Amino acid sequence: MAPFFVLLVGVFLAPVITAVWLSFFTDDRSGLGFGPESTTFVGLRSYAAVFGDPTFLGALGVVLVFCLVYIPLLVLLSLTLALLLDSGAARLRPLIQLGLFLPHTVPGIIAAIIWLYLYTPGISPVVDVLAGADVTIDLLGVETVIPSIVNIAIWTNLGYNMVIFYTALRAVPRELVEASVVDGAGPVRTALSVKAPLIRSSVVMVVLFSLIWTLQLFTEPMLLSQSTPVINSRFTPSMYIYDAAFTRNNYGLAAAASVILLVCTVALSYVVTRWSNRDARRRAAG
Amino acid sequence: MSTTVRSRRPRFLGRTAVNVVLGVFVLYTLLPVLWLVLAASRNADALSASDLFSPENFSLWSNLVDLFAMDDGIYGRWYLNTLLYAVVGAAISALISVACGYAFDKYRFRHKETLFGLVLAAVMVPQTVLALPLYLIASHLGVVNTFWAVFVPLLFNPFGVYLGRIFSEGYVPDEVLEAARIDGTGELVMYVRVAFGMLGPGVLTVFLFQLTAIWNNFFLPMVMLSDQELYPVALGLYSWNSAATVSPEYYPVVITGALLAVLPLIVAFLLLQRFWKAGLTAGAVK
Repeated sequence: MAPFFVLLVGVFLAPVITAVWLSFFTDDRSGLGFGPESTTFVGLRSYAAVFGDPTFLGALGVVLVFCLVYIPLLVLLSLTLALLLDSGAARLRPLIQLGLFLPHTVPGIIAAIIWLYLYTPGISPVVDVLAGADVTIDLLGVETVIPSIVNIAIWTNLGYNMVIFYTALRAVPRELVEASVVDGAGPVRTALSVKAPLIRSSVVMVVLFSLIWTLQLFTEPMLLSQSTPVINSRFTPSMYIYDAAFTRNNYGLAAAASVILLVCTVALSYVVTRWSNRDARRRAAG
Repeated sequence: MSTTVRSRRPRFLGRTAVNVVLGVFVLYTLLPVLWLVLAASRNADALSASDLFSPENFSLWSNLVDLFAMDDGIYGRWYLNTLLYAVVGAAISALISVACGYAFDKYRFRHKETLFGLVLAAVMVPQTVLALPLYLIASHLGVVNTFWAVFVPLLFNPFGVYLGRIFSEGYVPDEVLEAARIDGTGELVMYVRVAFGMLGPGVLTVFLFQLTAIWNNFFLPMVMLSDQELYPVALGLYSWNSAATVSPEYYPVVITGALLAVLPLIVAFLLLQRFWKAGLTAGAVK
């Protein structure tokens, strides 16, 4: 068993380590060709180029704005739905759970296609209904395009995260809930002060995974960019990497951007974990 | 379950309000899918007129015929590719990941926790960061634009290893393994005969999640493949959708193709509900 396992770790971890390793090394060289033969050492020049590039900073800004809008909204909505579902007043719980979860089974690219068509005047019933009510809105315009992508993301991930919260809520000891009712807490109070804090570890996990998901945002804006000029080919960092590597064939630049994205992800994940731990300790002390 | 607490709570909260809110969100998640179904079964005229409810435009069959005839029937090819990538890939991936997690749980070896930390760190690494180094490795090996370039990286599933360890802790009691050892069973035989049966549900859970992950995967095939014959459905629909911006006759096939691509996943999730819920619970425990 043990040798079998060693092999597995080797087969498994090798690609990742090599991948990360390589990305650390290509960024120190300007990979003009395919092999190491044609690489030259340029130090941190690629990094300087990336940071000096306003389109990269813009892309980073886009995902940061996206994080600030999307993650709180997602957590708030899915937590609310989970608490409602757990409140005892909800009917047809398994069906509701399934219905909400359904979009998660829809591949990202197809979710983007569905919503793109729902955003397109002339095809979309939604836009037509709005137009019938004299509301004309360009859902792919400069100001609406980020909310439009947030909507796709919420639609895809709402049910999935709701189910995570819901299963965590089911694990909350019923005695605690009953005790709080005996103490005179109403259902809203019980939900917010007893149940929600008990599933904080799930909340942290959801925030963490949503963060990683958001930082590598690619599929949805990539598809929408086919139909709207507002999304350029370097709209998010992942699109920037793709554009740098495969449109401009500048591997050094793309690798540097990859490493920066990786560092941002690790740093933000670390901040979230640290913040949640400190918060937990403070609660324990108070 | 039906304690006095549960039956009393609706009085405070308003059963109707709770169910209306849940219902609205279920509509939000289901209506776009319903739109996809309706749109896929109507002809192009009805689509452009947003006239999805008139029965005389029902043409699901002819849409399907069009879909498989478009571009010399390449959609069928994409579909088979996706099945191959996703089903075979997820099966192998799940077997390896769970075996790996099992080994992490049941065996003691040097640097075990460091290695496991590495696995957890790998969960955090965005796919898009790995794509470029993977592409460079693949081009060194000369496998760019082949089946293997997409297939092999997708076998890697660190989150599956994490889940595998949790399942192994939960499902396989150490005593059973001890008993088998005393009977003189070899380690490998023991894993296959004794432990694997107990891990079955865990393997299925990991399989299901990896299946969706591969089905969803878009960035890696986009980077690796240029030969349309090797495309998975997601990438194929993306290229058709970009063609549709110029030639609108692609719109109906994109929609019908999207519907067909979603169906297997929905069916899989409906049939295997027990397992993905188990997976989400295990993930939420941490």
